[in-house]
Amino acid sequence: MATEQVAVPSGAAAAPQRLSLLRVLGPMHVWALGVGIVLVGEFMGWNFTVAKGGVFGGLVACWFSGILYSCVAMIDSEVSSTVASAGGQYAQAKHILGPLAAFNIALFIIFEYCMLAAGDSLVVGAIVNSLDATLSPTPFVVLAIAFLAWLNYRGVHTTLTFNFIITAIAFITIFVLIVGAEFWNPGAITQTKELFAQPPGSADPKMPYGWLGILAALQFGIWYYLGIEGTCQTAEECRSAPRALPVGTMSGLITLLVAATMTWYICTSLVNWITLGESVYPLYDAAVNTGKNWLKVVLWIGTVLSCLASANGCINDASRAWFAMGRDQFIPRWFGGVHPRYKTPYRAILFLVPIMIAFGYTGLLDQVITFSIISGCLIYFIMPLNMIRFRRLYPMDSIKRGYVSPFHPLPSYVLWLFVGLTFLAMYFGYWRNLVAALVFYGLCSIWFVLHRFKYVDRAKLYTMPWPRPRGY
Amino acid sequence: MEWLNYVVWAIGILILVWLVIDAFRIETTYDHDLLVSSVEGEIEKEILDHGHPTTPPEGGN
Repeated sequence: MATEQVAVPSGAAAAPQRLSLLRVLGPMHVWALGVGIVLVGEFMGWNFTVAKGGVFGGLVACWFSGILYSCVAMIDSEVSSTVASAGGQYAQAKHILGPLAAFNIALFIIFEYCMLAAGDSLVVGAIVNSLDATLSPTPFVVLAIAFLAWLNYRGVHTTLTFNFIITAIAFITIFVLIVGAEFWNPGAITQTKELFAQPPGSADPKMPYGWLGILAALQFGIWYYLGIEGTCQTAEECRSAPRALPVGTMSGLITLLVAATMTWYICTSLVNWITLGESVYPLYDAAVNTGKNWLKVVLWIGTVLSCLASANGCINDASRAWFAMGRDQFIPRWFGGVHPRYKTPYRAILFLVPIMIAFGYTGLLDQVITFSIISGCLIYFIMPLNMIRFRRLYPMDSIKRGYVSPFHPLPSYVLWLFVGLTFLAMYFGYWRNLVAALVFYGLCSIWFVLHRFKYVDRAKLYTMPWPRPRGY
Repeated sequence: MEWLNYVVWAIGILILVWLVIDAFRIETTYDHDLLVSSVEGEIEKEILDHGHPTTPPEGGN
């Protein structure tokens, strides 16, 4: 294996060689990728659930999305532990559902993460600008993406080790806020009782718009966990994918469930529900309300680091999906190039950088993030189909799994139900975005079927040594 | 603090230029066929054949 990966310049006499991505990642890196992408959602975005559904609406959305993503993580862990290939859900769908589904899933992944990276960098620019009005956000947007792209280009191990460090620091800042707010002494700094009480003549902060408000809150509950499914993009770079992916993904999900619940508690205990529902940086605003300046600094650092960790993971994931599509010639084969020294998908990384910068340049944070969420939900809608067909084609005795999803097919049906409800909630608020996204992906599918698929070498499309599927 | 904008622009552009130059150097030094020689399924084969993946090779970071 080692000799296969030593590349030599053209012209030099050498035996046939093959480049491949480096297999250096463990569960820690998978955790860093999953939690790193998502944690930014605790620092901003989730609080719109409170604007729609009140403080209880925020909690219901938190746990509702927690169940949704638990299903995602269970399905993902089982299937990806057997498909240790770059591209994650793309590679899974290619083997289980077919090329068109795989092409669409790859597009969903790429747009989900490119848009999210652009959104993260936009927030970094805005935070810097909030420090000093003479600091323009644009150069900081460009620098953030350029630096993280450079890191990704230079090697996956350093990239995800860096992500582990900054994600862990950002996660700890939430703990620091809870301890700094003296959670053990209600009423001293936290004002849960007062903030949850209904003022005379005003709406009830707990559920101001009733169950309809809670339904509307569901679409923003996605922010708590959006992107955790990206862990399986590293499958080809794990030392032992059947072990690292389930351990990293599940521990990441547990981390996020804890972080989400803590975030909801501390923010609703420190910030009035109306202010919280409109806040850009809810955790930072909660720190401001403690009256402790050092906590403001800590949470400012946490917010910036969470944005960088998210953008870093997004570049990693989007480039793997683009690389995998190139390798299968769903897009030009050129994009399937591997750097001979760093063993990274360098062409895919370079290609996506200007796209991310361009989206970041628009400054349209809400539109960018909405498209990212819609793309993510479309992935979740196809995943149950993937799982059910996977179990049917490859029963338990045919392929050894690194993780077996319990209660199958219940998680698949629950995921369908919950994603359906989320789409319904999204339709009420963003039906134009939803229709535009579906039209866009539909046109891309037509292009793929009528034009691109004839260039795909089908003999090279399926090279994994899986057994013949049942019934074939 | 306006000067900081120019410094940040300069660092960002320098990084992007480095990326482009390195990619150009790779394109002109190595065979295209080698660069796109990666295939799916190698890892699974190893796991199936040997029961445990091999130690990762040197290179990159």
